Amino acid sequence: MYKYSDFDEAFVRTRNAQFRAQVERRISGALTEDEFRPLRLMNGLYLQLHAYMLRVAIPYGTLSSAQMRRLAWIAERWDKGYGHFTTRQNIQFNWPKLTDVPDILEALADVGMHSIQTSGNTIRNVTADHFAGAAADEIEDPRPTAELIRQWSTDHPEFQFLPRKFKIGVSGSPHDRAVTKSHDIGLRIVRGGDGKTGYEVLVGGGLGRTPMVGQVIRPFLKKADLLPYLEAIVSTYNVMGRRDNKFKARVKITVFENGMEKFRDAVDARFEHIRREWAGVDPSLLAHIEHSFLPPAFRSAPEDGYRTARRADPVFRAWSDTNVTAHRVPGYAIVTVSLKAHGTTPGDATAAQMRLLADLADSYGHGELRISHEQNVVLPHVHKSDLWALHARLKTEGLATANVGLVSDIIACPGMDYCALATARSIPVAQEIATHFQSLGLEEEIGALKIKISGCINACGHHHVGHIGILGLDRAGVENYQITLGGDHTETMTLGERAGPGFAYDEIVPAIERLLRAYLALRAGREETFLAAYRRLGAGPFKAALYEAEAERDAA
Amino acid sequence: MGTGQMSRAYTPKVVTANALAEGDVVYLTSDDRWTRDHAEAELIEDEAHAQLRLLKAEHQKNVVVGAYLADAKAGPKGPEPIHFREVFRTRGPSNYAHGKQEARHV
Repeated sequence: MYKYSDFDEAFVRTRNAQFRAQVERRISGALTEDEFRPLRLMNGLYLQLHAYMLRVAIPYGTLSSAQMRRLAWIAERWDKGYGHFTTRQNIQFNWPKLTDVPDILEALADVGMHSIQTSGNTIRNVTADHFAGAAADEIEDPRPTAELIRQWSTDHPEFQFLPRKFKIGVSGSPHDRAVTKSHDIGLRIVRGGDGKTGYEVLVGGGLGRTPMVGQVIRPFLKKADLLPYLEAIVSTYNVMGRRDNKFKARVKITVFENGMEKFRDAVDARFEHIRREWAGVDPSLLAHIEHSFLPPAFRSAPEDGYRTARRADPVFRAWSDTNVTAHRVPGYAIVTVSLKAHGTTPGDATAAQMRLLADLADSYGHGELRISHEQNVVLPHVHKSDLWALHARLKTEGLATANVGLVSDIIACPGMDYCALATARSIPVAQEIATHFQSLGLEEEIGALKIKISGCINACGHHHVGHIGILGLDRAGVENYQITLGGDHTETMTLGERAGPGFAYDEIVPAIERLLRAYLALRAGREETFLAAYRRLGAGPFKAALYEAEAERDAA
Repeated sequence: MGTGQMSRAYTPKVVTANALAEGDVVYLTSDDRWTRDHAEAELIEDEAHAQLRLLKAEHQKNVVVGAYLADAKAGPKGPEPIHFREVFRTRGPSNYAHGKQEARHV
């Protein structure tokens, strides 16, 4: 785990002291809201529908048990006893009082956490594969790269007023679990011809109003060139990016309007210039970062107990089938703890759940936790012989739901239950889909499926890349839900196609049921997933299932 | 057709904002208080008066944030919201009984 250096600590404490004084001046009236707003956004504080919301950065989704315990304490002391984990691996507190936020930020700084650059037109919190350092297919742990980028981008004087927000995601595996192709810059660690690792650099991905799949700007970048090259991309965007129209200000539009060739030429010219002046990263700093992500002391122990428990306990077997992933070290497993118990809010964890997760990380997981962009919690290093005991303890706080990767493991943004930008609710739609398919008993039968729900066009819920995407809109003063089909968030990223007219709030769950019953009837066999069936058959039969009532009416 | 008197009638408004310190939704009353209860809001039926009341709200910079006019209608207990977003603002989120619905224990 990366621990704050003296520099990090002093920087965060100074920022907190500044923000405390800014809050005092806002309350006294010395600052107007227009003056205060950019200051609070620089510190991750939004004003939402019913209250303020504080977005706390969890860099590259990695948390220590002590940090998780502190989040639980903050939730109880200053919020309503829970937190919401987001699709950018952050945590949001939905009910802080403005006057408490300076104290919350100090409580975060005590465990090496902050809210800096979780909002505003800056380089946002860097995300990474939630299985980093553990995945069986990993070439290299992406977190040292992500931490280096965090340090470079934090308070970077040139990049505090970019045309728009800027998101960077890093993956170290061929299987992309970090959605790198939907980031402003995606980095994929790859092995070069000489066997050394470097980066495939993607640029111009993004979801939102104008979804685009990131394109390769450089197939192989030497590791030593990372920061000057990133600096070249962001500074080129800073100059070429549009500031006249908020909806055309992201780098995806800059690349689209200028063409990749012109954008790449401009980046290359800038890169040549920067590289000449670039003295390289301070080797002691780099060593500190790399040392922070060394693997834990894995142990060698028999796995017989695991196999026996799987045979004896069908509930445990079902859970280990869905929630356990292969680890790169023999005898170990990656555990995904579902925050999607049927009927609950996707990504929400109570303070008691956070404490239990911290305790379990200490007991069985080398004190380490991860937050996935799919809004679940990961224990990346658990020995298989501990899985049964871990599962038993997860049950005590309702954390043993065996549904990772299934129909109820839904991504949902906060939507109009919290968000000031939302055009419709997301959370109750996710809750109802989950409970509905549970009561039908079809979840296991349907198998692997990604449903992703956004409550507005900004697509925090990644609906474009869901196998089934749901977008909530306001149509003439009524909530209306559009369905997209065939999206894919992985290395084979595909944007979903809009199926047709939207559905009313009380029609959306029945529509999803028609869609999935059609899939069950049409699939070649259990091994053909919804996405595979959609790719084989095309949209036709699925649209027919969605709009069967209309088709019948038209025929009559 | 469609351009008669009714379509030009002014949709009544309430002045609404968020309280500066805790962010809770508030409404301006006819006696210049900020209430947490939509039914206590002043229902403004005249466009010019609505603009004046909004200006009054916007001047209270140390009390509220983001004042605006929201469509409303008369109801048996006082003004009622029209748009679903404004309905949600009168009670809180749908996934937990937090916010206004918690304070009123409904």
